[in-house]
Amino acid sequence: MKIIVNGEKVEVKASTLADVLDELGHGGAKVATAVNEEFVPATLRATHDLDAGDRVEIVAPRQGG
Amino acid sequence: MPNFYGKEINSRLMLGTAQYPSPAILADAFRRSGAGIATVSVRREAGGDKAGQAFWDLIKELDVALLPNTAGCHSVREAVTTAHMARELFETPWIKLEVIGHSDTLQPDVFGLVEAARILSEDGFQVFPYCTEDLVLCDKLLDAGCQVLMPWGAPIGTGLGLNNIYGLRSLRAHFPEVPLVVDAGLGVPSQAAQAIELGYDAVLLNTAVAKAGDPAAMAEGFALAVQAGALAQQADPMEPRDMAAPSTPVIGKAFLE
Repeated sequence: MKIIVNGEKVEVKASTLADVLDELGHGGAKVATAVNEEFVPATLRATHDLDAGDRVEIVAPRQGG
Repeated sequence: MPNFYGKEINSRLMLGTAQYPSPAILADAFRRSGAGIATVSVRREAGGDKAGQAFWDLIKELDVALLPNTAGCHSVREAVTTAHMARELFETPWIKLEVIGHSDTLQPDVFGLVEAARILSEDGFQVFPYCTEDLVLCDKLLDAGCQVLMPWGAPIGTGLGLNNIYGLRSLRAHFPEVPLVVDAGLGVPSQAAQAIELGYDAVLLNTAVAKAGDPAAMAEGFALAVQAGALAQQADPMEPRDMAAPSTPVIGKAFLE
């Protein structure tokens, strides 16, 4: 299915957020996630099913002021 | 020394981590600044990039408390979601809450700020609001659950110093027990000393150090300035006066025509 990841259209095979993270190379990475502008905690990723067109944000620690 | 949400910090300097020429210079600047708190942010990560992990490893080495921000957020919802992601990533309830209302001045949207501060405080966050020096706004932020206030000195990145000393002094006088931090707008150490002399607990800066020709030296300059300001503030400065008053004794002066 097609979803939007960090603003880009992406075709994924997986259906849960946890599996999508693995599929996109984030397995084990220090990232946080939101789906359709709502925060999804790491503990809920494995049970969070994605739908086509969902907007997924994947963020990591960065420099800030 | 400042105490934020029950945590004693051994420095009046809070330093940002952005815009340094290199990670090594960032680390050197932090060492020479003696800063007790580093501000950080969250940004999009591409798969396999691991840039976030590299930065996380670097800041853990700094051995300072982390204050994640919601920089760049223009709505309450965006700021709240970003705060949640930051809390999970950085493993802290602290959040420097920014809700930006104007893209040229980066002036806070004070209405959104109060709303977001209330939502986050009720959800267990310990909010450090990036605000203006407006007294009524600050009162409402305290009502919303904030136990720290961070008024700007001047717009972010301008280096203009303390644009409204009267407003900052009023805030200090009205909230004598609330930890106050001048956040943003500082350009040189004398402005940081001035903020501490006004009775502010700390200053937060980034660009002034990161964009200096020698960031580490400038960091040390700011460290010395906040120490000087604190000594002056504790030493009970003299009252300014309009008329001159000789400091050398008049009595005993030789009478010469």
